[in-house]
Amino acid sequence: MTESFYRRALSFTNARLWKLVHIDILLIGSLLLLIGGGLFVLYSASGQNVAMVDRQVFRLIVGMCVCLSLAQLPPKYMRRASPALFLFLVVLLVCVLLFGVGAKGAQRWLSLPGGLRFQPSEIMKIVMPMMVAWYFSNRPLPPTFKEIVTVLGIIILPVLMIAKQPDLGTSLLVAVSGIFVLFLAGLGWRYILGAAALAPIAGYVLWQVMHDYQRQRVLTFLNPESDPLGSGWNIIQSKTAIGSGGVYGKGWLEGTQAQLDFLPESHTDFIIAVLAEEFGMLGCGLLILAYLLVIARGLYIAANAADNYARLLAGSLTLTFFVYMFVNIGMVSGILPVVGVPLPLISYGGTSIITIMATFGILMSIQTHKRAI
Amino acid sequence: MSSRHQAFRNYREEKQLTQRRVIAAAIFVLFLAIVLMARLFYLQVMNYELYQTKADENRVMLVTDPPPRGLIYDRNGVVLADNRPIHSLTVIPERVANFPELKRELSGIIDISDSEWEDFDSRLKEYRRPYQSLTLKSQLTDEEWAKVSVDLYKLDGVQVEAQLTRYYPYGEAFAHAIGYVGRITSKDLERVDRLAYQGALFIGKTGIEGFYEDTLFGEAGLSKVEVNARGRIMSELEKQNPTPGKDLHLYLDARLQQYAYDLLGDYKGSVVAIDPNTGGILALVSKPGFDPNLFVRGISVQDYSSLRNSKKLPLFNRALRGGYPPASTIKPFMALAGLEYGFSSWTERYFAKGYYQINPDGRRYRDWKRTGHGWIDLERSIIESVDTYYYQLSNKMGITPIHNFLSRFGFGQNNLLDLSGGSVGLLPSNEWKKAKYNEPWYPGDSVNVGIGQGFMVATPVQIAAATSALAGRGHYYYPRMTQSIGDEPVEFPDGLGDDHHIVLKDQRNWERMVVAMRKVISDSKGTARRLRGTDYLIAGKTGTGQVFSLQEDEEYDSEKLDQRLHDHALFIGFAPAEKPKISVFAIFENGGSSSKPADLSKKLFDAYLYNDYPAEYDNLKGNGDD
Repeated sequence: MTESFYRRALSFTNARLWKLVHIDILLIGSLLLLIGGGLFVLYSASGQNVAMVDRQVFRLIVGMCVCLSLAQLPPKYMRRASPALFLFLVVLLVCVLLFGVGAKGAQRWLSLPGGLRFQPSEIMKIVMPMMVAWYFSNRPLPPTFKEIVTVLGIIILPVLMIAKQPDLGTSLLVAVSGIFVLFLAGLGWRYILGAAALAPIAGYVLWQVMHDYQRQRVLTFLNPESDPLGSGWNIIQSKTAIGSGGVYGKGWLEGTQAQLDFLPESHTDFIIAVLAEEFGMLGCGLLILAYLLVIARGLYIAANAADNYARLLAGSLTLTFFVYMFVNIGMVSGILPVVGVPLPLISYGGTSIITIMATFGILMSIQTHKRAI
Repeated sequence: MSSRHQAFRNYREEKQLTQRRVIAAAIFVLFLAIVLMARLFYLQVMNYELYQTKADENRVMLVTDPPPRGLIYDRNGVVLADNRPIHSLTVIPERVANFPELKRELSGIIDISDSEWEDFDSRLKEYRRPYQSLTLKSQLTDEEWAKVSVDLYKLDGVQVEAQLTRYYPYGEAFAHAIGYVGRITSKDLERVDRLAYQGALFIGKTGIEGFYEDTLFGEAGLSKVEVNARGRIMSELEKQNPTPGKDLHLYLDARLQQYAYDLLGDYKGSVVAIDPNTGGILALVSKPGFDPNLFVRGISVQDYSSLRNSKKLPLFNRALRGGYPPASTIKPFMALAGLEYGFSSWTERYFAKGYYQINPDGRRYRDWKRTGHGWIDLERSIIESVDTYYYQLSNKMGITPIHNFLSRFGFGQNNLLDLSGGSVGLLPSNEWKKAKYNEPWYPGDSVNVGIGQGFMVATPVQIAAATSALAGRGHYYYPRMTQSIGDEPVEFPDGLGDDHHIVLKDQRNWERMVVAMRKVISDSKGTARRLRGTDYLIAGKTGTGQVFSLQEDEEYDSEKLDQRLHDHALFIGFAPAEKPKISVFAIFENGGSSSKPADLSKKLFDAYLYNDYPAEYDNLKGNGDD
C-alpha cells in the first residue's frame, strides 16, 4: 500500500500539468507546510494580532506571486542577466551608502518615489550566487587559483559595502551565498581547510572593524548573564522561553514568556522561542523537519539541474536558506551571537520574505525548465 | 588542471563533482540540524526545570494586601486608636511622560510643598515594583480632594487613593499609654516578615501599638498574581484574603486618663491608677505628652526636633521610665518590713526628736518636723510621716531585709506585663553598691533608703503597683494594660498574669497598715487630712522627694534652677479603703507640697467611684458599664 502511495505521489509530482506551469509540487508543498505553521506561531507571537497576521499573509501572497513568476523564467535568461544585475546592484549599494535612509544608525534602504522603500542588500543575497555561478558557467570546473581569487574579489566588494551600512547579518549571508557557489564548483579541500585555519585571524580582523554594538552582541553572546537587564536580556529570556517549553510545550497562546512580553522581538527575530515555548521540543523538531524537507528538495533540484550555472545557483540558494535558519535558531537558542537574522518565512517582516520566495521561484524554474531526456 | 587544456570539457565529471559537493553539503546540513536539536534537547529536556523556574519567577509575583489594623478601646468601649479613611494623591511614575510638566499642572490645582516633592523624588529613586504608585501628598482635605478629582482626567499617572490611616482621637494625653504607629523603617523590617508588611503604611512603634503589633496587624492577604514584563498585573492566580487585626480592650478608662492628665495642670509629672483586683492600669499619664498623630505618616524633621529638644521632655515616658525617689510613700512598705522581720511592732513606742543620729555626735538626719513628734508608735509614724522612726528602723534592719522585702512588691523589677520599655528603677543592695561603686554599704545608706531617698529610685508604675498590693492586702498583680483581645481575655505566659500573693508572717498587718493609712487622712495630724470629708474611705500616704533631676535633663539652666529645686510632690492612695477599686500614684515634679497630688488623687477617686466627672469629659464616657 505504501508503495502504491509513493508511486502515485511521484506520478503526481511528475505530472505534465505542474511542469507546464513550472511548479515543483514537492517544493511548494513543503514551503506551504512551513508557511502555514509559521502563521500559527505568528498569531501567538504577535499577541493575537490579526492585522499583523493579515499583513504577513499579504506579503506571503506577494512573495508567492514573485516565486511563481520567476519560475516561468527559463534559467538561461537568468544566466544572461546575471552580470548586468550584479553591476546594477553594486551601483545601488553605492547609492545606499551615499543617499540611503534607515533607522538605528544603519542605512539600509533606498527611498523610491511613492513612499516605497527598497533594500538592495537583500536582493544581493540572490544576485551574488547568480553572478558567481555565471562566472563559472563558461569555465571548466574545478576552479583554478586565479579563478578563486577573482571570485573572492567579486564577493568581497558588495560584502564590504553592506557591512559598511552597517548590516553584519546580511553581509555575512551575501558572502556565504557566494562562497557556497565556490564550494559547489569544487573548491579544493586544501583551500577549505586552509581557510578554516585562518578563521581565528579573520575573527580578529573582524573584531577590529566591528561597531561597538556588534562587539557588544558578541560579548553578550559569550556571557549573557554579565548584563541581565541590558544586552543580555534578550538571550536570557529566549533561553528561558525555550527551556521552559519542555518536550511538549505550554500550549498554543499559553507561553508565559511570549504572551507576557518577557520575550523581546517575539514576532520577528525571536519567533522560534515562541514556538519552542508553546509547542516544545516536539514543535521545534517538526519545524526543523519542515525546513529540512525544503532543503532536501532544493539540494535534489541542484544535483539534478541541467547545467553548471543552474546546479551552482540552486545549490547555493538552498544552502543559504539553510544558513538563514541555522543562524537564527542558533542565535535564539544561544549557540551563536545575536546577529539579527530573521527565521526565514516565519519571522514577521517584509523584504526577506519576498527574496526568499524569489529564491524558490528560481529553484522551481531550474527544476521545471529542464528538457526531458 | 590538465582538463583545462582539453578541447572538450568533461561535463559529466563536472556534474558529478558538483553532485558530490551537494551530498557533502547535505551531510553538513544534517549534522548542523542535529546540533540544533541537541541544543534544544539540552535546553528543553536537560534544563527544563531550571528554565521552568526562571519563567515562573518572571511572571509570578506575590502581592500583599495589608489587613485593617485592630482598634484599641478603653474599658468603656471608647475608641482610642482608630482607622480612618484618607485620600492621598499618588503617582505612578511609569505613566508620567513629563515630570516638570506634571509639577506645573499640579501646582495650579493644589498646594504641594517643596518638601513633599523632595520626599517624593527621594522615594522615586528607591527600588520599587514597576507600576507601583508613590504617595505625593497624603491626607488630602476634602477641598483638595474635590479640586484634584475634577482635573484628574488630564493628569496622566496621577490618582487619588483611599487608604486607611491610624488616628488617635484624643491625642497627647494618651500618647504614652497607647503609643503610636509610624513609618516602617528598615530596622523595623528586620524584626517582621517583610512580605507581610509590603503594602503596609506603618508599624506599631511604642506603647500598646508597639507591644501588640502582631495582634493588631493581623495577617496580610497574599495574592499570587501574574505580571507582564512591565510589571503590570495581568491576572490573579491565587488569593488569600487578609485577616484583620484583632481589637484590643484595655483596662484604661479614657475619662480618668484625660482627667488625670488635665489635673496635672502645667506641671510635669505622672499619674498611674491601677485596679487592685486585677492589676489593670486605669490611667497611665506622663505629662507633657505629644500628639501621636504626628508620627503616623512620618513626622517632619521640624516637629521631631522641637519635641526632642523641648526641656519638658514630652517624648520621655515618665510613667514607665521616670526614676523618682519614692520618698515617704515608701514608709508603709518599710514599716511592714520591720514588722515582718521583727524589728518593730505596733505597740513599741519611740521618742521622735527632730533628728536622728547613727552615732552620738554623728551626722544628724533631720526630720521634716524640726521640733520632732514626741512619743509615737508605728501607726503614728505613718500618720505623721515621722522620718526619724524610719531612720532608726532602717538602720536597725540594714539593707538586705529591706531589699528582700521590697522586692516582693516589684521594686527593682520591671513587672509591666504588656508595655515595653519600662525601667527597673533601683532597689539597692550590698552587692549592687559593691559592683557599682566598689564600696561597702554604709549604715547611712540604709538611713536614707528608710525614707525612700538615697540610692532608691522607683518608677510611677512600680510605686502604683506596689500600692495596689497594699490595697489588695497582699494580693499583688503585675500591672497590665489589656483586658481582652477580641473576645478572648488576655492570657499572659508562665502564670505572670496571676496573683503574686504576698503572704506576711502576720497577715493581720495588712489590715492594720490600711487603718494607719486611712488615718493619714482622717487623723487631725494626718499629712493628708485635707482629703477628709468624703463619704467613702481613702487610705493614703504622702511624700515629698528631694529633687533628683531626670537623667535625660541634665543641662544647667539658672533661670529654671529655683523651680527645679522645688521638691517633687508625691501621693499614694486607694479607695474605698475597705474594698479598694482603685489605687493611685501621683507625682508633680517640683510640685512642692504633697497637697497637689493628694487633691488630684481624691478627684480621681470621686470621679472613678461615682462617675463624678466634669461635663467636658462626657465625650470620653463610652458605654460605661458601671
